[in-house]
Amino acid sequence: MATVKDFRNDVRPNWCPGCGDFSVQASIQRALAALGKEPHEVAVISGIGCSGRISGYVNTYGFHGVHGRSLPTAQGVKLANRNLTVIASGGDGDGFGIGLNHFMHAVRRNMDITYIVMDNQIYGLTKGQHSPTSAHGFTAKTTPSGNIENALVPSQVALAAGIGFLAQGFSSEVNQLVSLIEQAIQYKGFSLVNVFSPCVTYNKINTYDFFRDNVFNLEQLEDYDATDYLTAQRAITEHNGLVTGVIYRNDNKVAYEDQIPGYEETPVAQANLELSEDVFAAALKEYA
Amino acid sequence: MLDQLSWKVGGQQGEGVESTGETFAVALNRQGYYVYSFRHFSSRIKGGHSNDKVRVSLKRFRASTDYTDVLLAFDQETIDLNVGEVRNGGIVIADEKFKPTAPDNVRLFVIPLTKIAEECGSAIMKNMVSLGASACALGLPVDIFTEVIEERFRRKGQKVVDQNMEAIQRGYDYMKELGGADPEFALKPADGTKRLFMMGNDALGLGALAAGVRVMPAYPITPASDVMEYLIKKLPKVGGVVVQTEDEIAAMTMTIGAAYGGARALTCTSGPGLALMMEAIGLSGMTETPTVIIDTQRGGPSTGLPTKQEQSDFLAALFGTHGEIPKIVLTPATPEECFYVVGDAFNLAEQYQCPVIIMTDLQLSLSKQSTDILDHKAVKIDRGLIASEEEATAAQSHGEFNRYALTESGVSARTFPGMKGGIHKVTGVEHAENGRPAEGAPNRQNMMDKRLGKLKDVEIPGSVVRTGDENADVVLVGIGANHGSIAEATGTLRAEGYKVAHVHLHAILPFPTHALQQAIAGAKKVVVVENNATGQIKHLMSFFGVQHPDVVSLLRYNGQPFLPSEIHDEIKGML
Ligand SMILES: Cc1ncc(C[n+]2csc(CCOP(=O)(O)OP(=O)(O)O)c2C)c(N)n1
Ligand code: SF4
Repeated sequence: MATVKDFRNDVRPNWCPGCGDFSVQASIQRALAALGKEPHEVAVISGIGCSGRISGYVNTYGFHGVHGRSLPTAQGVKLANRNLTVIASGGDGDGFGIGLNHFMHAVRRNMDITYIVMDNQIYGLTKGQHSPTSAHGFTAKTTPSGNIENALVPSQVALAAGIGFLAQGFSSEVNQLVSLIEQAIQYKGFSLVNVFSPCVTYNKINTYDFFRDNVFNLEQLEDYDATDYLTAQRAITEHNGLVTGVIYRNDNKVAYEDQIPGYEETPVAQANLELSEDVFAAALKEYA
Repeated sequence: MLDQLSWKVGGQQGEGVESTGETFAVALNRQGYYVYSFRHFSSRIKGGHSNDKVRVSLKRFRASTDYTDVLLAFDQETIDLNVGEVRNGGIVIADEKFKPTAPDNVRLFVIPLTKIAEECGSAIMKNMVSLGASACALGLPVDIFTEVIEERFRRKGQKVVDQNMEAIQRGYDYMKELGGADPEFALKPADGTKRLFMMGNDALGLGALAAGVRVMPAYPITPASDVMEYLIKKLPKVGGVVVQTEDEIAAMTMTIGAAYGGARALTCTSGPGLALMMEAIGLSGMTETPTVIIDTQRGGPSTGLPTKQEQSDFLAALFGTHGEIPKIVLTPATPEECFYVVGDAFNLAEQYQCPVIIMTDLQLSLSKQSTDILDHKAVKIDRGLIASEEEATAAQSHGEFNRYALTESGVSARTFPGMKGGIHKVTGVEHAENGRPAEGAPNRQNMMDKRLGKLKDVEIPGSVVRTGDENADVVLVGIGANHGSIAEATGTLRAEGYKVAHVHLHAILPFPTHALQQAIAGAKKVVVVENNATGQIKHLMSFFGVQHPDVVSLLRYNGQPFLPSEIHDEIKGML
């Protein structure tokens, strides 16, 4: 059985020392090992950004695509081979800026993939512009006199779009993060783990200390019922999105690929592509 | 007696014009006539004039005529807009209901189409009455419709079938009484040869099925949507899936994901969608992920003329992506070619591991025509270089499969996620042989050479097809649906004694410079016929080094397809 070591390769991440993304990477590796996955059974698909490099750092199949499009790419991979564990991952700019449309629709479509966002409230790779999750008043290169746009709250958006599994973690809380990622991967449908993952180089506001002081861990609540939609909604609203833990789960949803008419159990990537005489003859008849 | 005939039905959109035209065309196709139909429609769903022009002949033609023998009108607007092309002495059949009037040079037959239909059971059967009347005018027996009507209405019960047949018979009888059966208009009988009746889009859908497509992500757009709608019905039968994505960017990136995952994946769009896909097409080229994109061209730019003919995406398809990638662009001309080209596209995509764009145009995509029986066994599936588990394990560096190994041909073996020993990285960032990012100058150059080198000396077989006179004075160069009109014009000019040849392009990337150069050699004049305003193909010829002292354009960009007679007249004027 594969161990955490098997999910490591010899690539040295080009992240800045102290970047929150290191913990996300480690947590993904630990979660995969804990779930008994083999590296070749997993594909990590990412977009562009510092965080998007993650697909190169985990020893699994990895695809680093274009900015904002990790989700449709990941869904394509899943459609080709439903036996794979497909993880899409990247930044808040990638996922909720350029890629927000795909996020909403991935939620709606509900394929069995896990989306892990490294939410640092800034654009790291392009050196410090504000992101869709930057707060109102936030100062960055592109908001020198303070952000006049309002922040998007990913958990709220996800819940509103009808997500089946929603969790948030924090880079400093690795044990919790590993468990959240495990549960997300095990969930049969689209799952989001939004991770507060500080950018130590460009974001001087949303620092480790900021999250330590402001994030509320739902696991502290004894009677928190993640299966209750209104409870989840209230938790997000009360803490302005700054909550961690499993926020919401709905185990009654059926994954997209389990609803496709005629879709085979065996991955289509392994299908025999020869068309049968019957199917073709029947098709021709419509034009006779 | 006629060797060929041009029949047209017109009315308000949503009034059954299409089904009338379709029933007429299918019935005649089954008799063994060659049928070519072209639909004129507006970008409105209901209302607005629409018509369906059907050409029937004993010889194959793949274009419409510039005249009409018989015009069937459901309203006065149809007469007003179309009677100008009805030939002298031609027939206009119109519903009594709107008190039709027509000029004196045509013969107007006023028939109570709606009234008879109501007597048979329902006003909607007026199109059946009109079909009966048409059959009578053309000396065709009414029973040519029996099979088609039975198939169409069987599900609704025998009574409905009978009512429709009665409506046809009564239309026939009424026309006979009016003396509408003129031997001059009678069609010579056909030989009963079995052919299909389909449009380019149908053939593309069938071709995708035969090519082993299993995943099709796409976003609806005219005139491409039919392909998607067709595969939504068919892919479940082979275990595949169509996803209607949120946009074309998702369609293209999902196609890439599925292809990377090991499926044959296809997307289909038209100009505006192709524009949105460009970045991702670059990703497909950079990551050497084989994808197939169908671009059914329509009038551009922007939302342009969304329901009209144009061929103006060639430059976008060839040069639209940022940066430089290997790419193949195929340009079928007939439904038969649309069918076979999909398999070829996938074989090329997987052999060369690059995106392949199949370009059609609205006329080819939507005009229905008699099509030779298609053979799926002739569609061979070649998935290119794929490493086995053992090979992949043997070809590793740093514990990963060398997906981008530098080889002589530039093509390196693929593995698919899920395969043990095949783990590797794919990235749109410049990468080393094992797929990991690598920005070094020598590596960049090697990798660019590898990718672009794959197609360096390739000319797609059959890219250039030449017909006509050996020593032609004029060579007509064409692409896409213009095949039909150019071929016909060439035939007429040759019959008139001119020395003319037709050179058709079936692939434009890699550009077939050598074959095209040979095909036009010796001609005094080269006329490039295309449906755009700037002469894109003509520019491509000179861009890619095809040399000739006298190359001129024959362009049409008003939304209408070329008619053979127009090409004939223009060329004659140049001679
Ligand atoms: C189409 C396109 N537009 C812009 C860019 C430039 N770009 C690269 S990464 C990035 C933002 C990354 O921000 P985020 O997703 O938050 O990731 P981070 O670097 O903070 O981890 C941008 C705008 C690009 N690569 N592609
Ligand atoms: S710039 Fe910020 S997000 Fe990027 S690696 Fe450095 S710390 Fe991490």
